[in-house]
Amino acid sequence: MQRYILQRLVQGVILLVVVTSVVFFIGRMTGNPVDMMLPEDATEEDRQDMIERLELDGSVMDQFGVFIVDAVQGDLGTSIRYRQPATDIFFSRLPNTLAMIPPAMILAIAMAIPLGILSALRRGGIIDRISATIAVLGISTPNFWLGIVLIYLFSVTWGWLPSSRMGGPLNYIMPTVTLGTFLVAGFMRLIRSSMLETLDSEFVKLARIKGVSETAIVWKHCLRNALIPVLSLWGVFMGGLVTGAIVTETVFAWPGIGRLTYEAVIFRDYPLLQAVIIMDAIFILFINLLVDILYAYVDPRIRFE
Amino acid sequence: MRRLPLASFAIIGTMVFVAVFAPWLTPHSPIDQSLPNKLLPPFWEEGGTTEYLLGTDIFGRDLLTRLFYGARVSLIVTALALSVGGGVGLVLGIVSGYVGGKLDAFLMRVVDAAFAFPTILFALLLAVTMGQGMDTLVIALSLFLWAGFARVIRGEVLAIKQRDFVALARVHGSSPARIMFIHILPNVLNTFMVLLTLNVGVIIVAEASLSFLGAGVPPPTPSWGLMVAEGRGKITSAWWLSLIPGIAITLVVLSFNLFGDWLRDRLDPKLRQL
Repeated sequence: MQRYILQRLVQGVILLVVVTSVVFFIGRMTGNPVDMMLPEDATEEDRQDMIERLELDGSVMDQFGVFIVDAVQGDLGTSIRYRQPATDIFFSRLPNTLAMIPPAMILAIAMAIPLGILSALRRGGIIDRISATIAVLGISTPNFWLGIVLIYLFSVTWGWLPSSRMGGPLNYIMPTVTLGTFLVAGFMRLIRSSMLETLDSEFVKLARIKGVSETAIVWKHCLRNALIPVLSLWGVFMGGLVTGAIVTETVFAWPGIGRLTYEAVIFRDYPLLQAVIIMDAIFILFINLLVDILYAYVDPRIRFE
Repeated sequence: MRRLPLASFAIIGTMVFVAVFAPWLTPHSPIDQSLPNKLLPPFWEEGGTTEYLLGTDIFGRDLLTRLFYGARVSLIVTALALSVGGGVGLVLGIVSGYVGGKLDAFLMRVVDAAFAFPTILFALLLAVTMGQGMDTLVIALSLFLWAGFARVIRGEVLAIKQRDFVALARVHGSSPARIMFIHILPNVLNTFMVLLTLNVGVIIVAEASLSFLGAGVPPPTPSWGLMVAEGRGKITSAWWLSLIPGIAITLVVLSFNLFGDWLRDRLDPKLRQL
């Protein structure tokens, strides 16, 4: 078990180094980043000034050295637009994103588990067909547009809900629905297919022969096993969650990390974007590590390997 | 057996038709501005005219015309991204599966890493460093695609390479390259086709999302995602600007997804779990 965790940790660190290097070299590929940061009417003198100030006068490898040494000390550069250390801005926005994700996850899970189970139990039945429709609609509707439709209906037309920014509990409803439905389709289909597989396995047949009640079979024997693939495909959902958070926060002007990413893109704030991506990578790897540990805990085959 | 999804065919056909014949279908330009005609509503709303069937945007450009040309952008970007990303995935999948050993272990690690890290972040990074444009967009979308293709194709190849005809070709003295691309490739083409169709919808949504975030094809080129983004600020007064392009995206993606499901069931039902 310890070896497994250590192995995952080492893999995570390698991935982080790769992500950091890729981010750095993509930025240098197109020339000196100073040209991107300077206003269009800057003189050659301004340019030299900035190059010296940011220690960008060495070779690319020297610059990479400076960048890594700074990064390890927690300095990921200064945002052009906000004129503040990028990591400070990241941490000031982080709580807002962390406040939005749990409700969306809870909504997704609360919809996906019952629907997934019911459609596996009554395969081809009415609930199966309804949830198949929800799933295909869910992956076909771009969620930035779903957010706008919600704003149009509930804010503009009926005026029931606030259309943007944070505030009271009402502000959470539409972002939660937008991000949650983005995740539901994948979760639901996965739970359905792994439930179908588990329901068909030998140990379930044995449980049936022993006379275990159907409720116990579904909830105790099957669901636990059916959740394992959800954990092993966690990485894919993580990608969805990040994409979903960026888009949802942009639509609802939610002042979190996703919105910050969007601002870095439209204001061409390269140092900020670079820092956000690296910080995101650290968070994702940390969460993936937790999921891996949980995975080993749920599935003894991995623990004892 | 599922029925042929006729409605999906009709919608996909319409999209391809308007994309190809856009300049002949509309008298308006998708880019030239006509400020006196700005923010006209669709013809069925009060104040709308049949001259601009779906209304106009803040620059007085005809929404329907921009939808036609936007279909063009969507299809071109999707086709390029699928050829590049899908092609790379196909080749790497075959090589990884057939050669095996250390190369396979290494490539599959890279695939795992690609899955572990959200590609949207790299796409945004590329847009900021290389500048917005169709080339950047295609590279970003290809980065998103290749890993999934490589993983599935590799799995297929692992099974195929155990079959007798491969052993026979080896005994016959065929080079590994010949075995991979003459003997094995045709056997994974069904799977490849299914993966292509299942990913069309995914790529259209991804393209629209990147354009929405300001990392797609630069304005004034019409792209459906960009149109939704531009119309968003006018949602209180001109709902059609962002809602109509979104309906177009949803209908088209839905059609491609239903078509992909149908094709998968016909050609390669074991891909169901995907």
